[in-house]
Amino acid sequence: MSNSIKNLTLKIWRQLGPTVKGAFETYNVDEISDEASFLEMLDYLNERLISDGKEAIVFDHDCREGICGTCSLMIDGQAHGPQRGTATCQLHMRKFSDGDSIVIEPFRAAAFPIIRDLMVDRSKFDRIIESGGFITAPTGGAPDANLIAIPKPVSDAAMDSAQCIGCGACVAACPNGAANLFTGAKVAHLNRLPQGQPERFKRVESMVETMDEYFGSCTNHGECEGACPKEISVDVIALLNKDYRKAKFASRKDLAR
Amino acid sequence: MLRPPSLVNVTTIVKPTPKTRNGQDFFHSPKLSGVEVPRWGRSRSTVSGQSVCSIRGQGGRQERFKGIPMAQAVSSQRGPVTGTAMRSRKRRPFLLDLYSTAVGKKYVMAVTGIAMMGFVLFHMIGNLKMYLGATDLNHYAKFLEELLYPLAPHGVTLWILRAGLITMLLLHLHAAYSLTVLNRRARPVKYQSARDYQVATFASRTMRWSGIIALAFIAWHLLDLTFGVVNDHVGTKDADGLKDVYGNVVFSLQRVPVAIFYVIANVLLGIHLFHGAWSIFQSLGWNNPRFNKWRRTFATGFAAVIVIGNVSFPIAVLAGVVGN
Repeated sequence: MSNSIKNLTLKIWRQLGPTVKGAFETYNVDEISDEASFLEMLDYLNERLISDGKEAIVFDHDCREGICGTCSLMIDGQAHGPQRGTATCQLHMRKFSDGDSIVIEPFRAAAFPIIRDLMVDRSKFDRIIESGGFITAPTGGAPDANLIAIPKPVSDAAMDSAQCIGCGACVAACPNGAANLFTGAKVAHLNRLPQGQPERFKRVESMVETMDEYFGSCTNHGECEGACPKEISVDVIALLNKDYRKAKFASRKDLAR
Repeated sequence: MLRPPSLVNVTTIVKPTPKTRNGQDFFHSPKLSGVEVPRWGRSRSTVSGQSVCSIRGQGGRQERFKGIPMAQAVSSQRGPVTGTAMRSRKRRPFLLDLYSTAVGKKYVMAVTGIAMMGFVLFHMIGNLKMYLGATDLNHYAKFLEELLYPLAPHGVTLWILRAGLITMLLLHLHAAYSLTVLNRRARPVKYQSARDYQVATFASRTMRWSGIIALAFIAWHLLDLTFGVVNDHVGTKDADGLKDVYGNVVFSLQRVPVAIFYVIANVLLGIHLFHGAWSIFQSLGWNNPRFNKWRRTFATGFAAVIVIGNVSFPIAVLAGVVGN
């Protein structure tokens, strides 16, 4: 049974460009199916704006199935909206009620400059990945499957971290604009696996130092974990911190030799 | 409708569409006059050649853009793209090198925090002596001054400990200050709507304020009971010829405003510890499924012990339990 949600008031951030001053504008959505996703609701609103000859609201989206990490949005003060473990694209209108007022803002951080309206540039995450989010793999013929034995708990833990889709909700939700959950997830993913061992310490050092150039610092609020659409635990931040310490000691020893 | 930028192939030549769908010339609209429109042209191929697994295939390649009204902006300037192209950092002495990053500063916060937690705990336990009477407390004070005597000269051990504590406090303050500056810079434009925090606690949100008030209390506490600037009783000797620490405490806490400040500051210290004592485990990377669930219990318990012990002193003095 499909019902509809009526009389929504949307306060949406409109901003023409990175250096232009933005402001909230209010829109009404008279009726929308409760089966519509949040982004479909925005599509619906955009269709109407376009047919009225107005500029559509710009927002990021791609796969709409919660795996690409392109959608963003601060919905009522929460990154990816009120449903936990869900990206905005998987948030459905049934989470809202008739007559609700919804405030939609772009993710805000110095590292995530607004491109336009609700769209932000998250390429600073790419800088962190480029500095260490890779492994060295020999080229040539494809190796046999399961050639490298990995204990099941290790592979499970690595996969938990590998779920990170790099959407930036952790940075958006963090009161300090820190990217420790993102970086921690990448480090925990690669550093736990045997394939990630050759660069293990260099990775964590470069990634932490690159992160420092753009993002704030972790003060252990735990908001990132609450906002993460993949519910990645702050345990990865502890692992990041531990490996950073080990890296500092290990590289010092290596340099001394 | 605007094309979503996620579909833009960044290595191709991107040209702006001069007209939007509704026929309005967007790039030359009077609204945008004065906004610098970028030069459009072939961008340097920016996709790193090897082994970089990009997490997001979307158009996130623009490094710097000034006043670009459309999302398809591609800048010709790009920084290093691979780990091997990372600019090398200046070699610094080990500890300075560690302290130069935010993660390293958090280590300093945690280690200095542990040291000060140790002090606060033993300070509270020592003060419990006031329940045994003036002789016990005054002899305990003498014992602290004579710590390790005759191995070390009079008062030296105490001063070494004090110097350590002052260093810890200064490092804690410096790390807190520089991390705060870093964090403010990381979000220069605040959220324009109300945030709805899900996990952050009152304690974690007010660390700066509880810390600053606790610091003000330390300053008062030293002026009061150590230097005697605001306590006329300091300097008095007891019957054994020892410093009358007991009398100083009673004199100080009998003043109601002082007692109230004492209680408030210690409750705030407890709130500070509630978050700090838990935070230590995260910052130092002490994370283990064996004890993870005890971390919160430890922090709550530690904060409670400190608050209950310390707050009992002004109440005991005002109630007349101590001081008769």
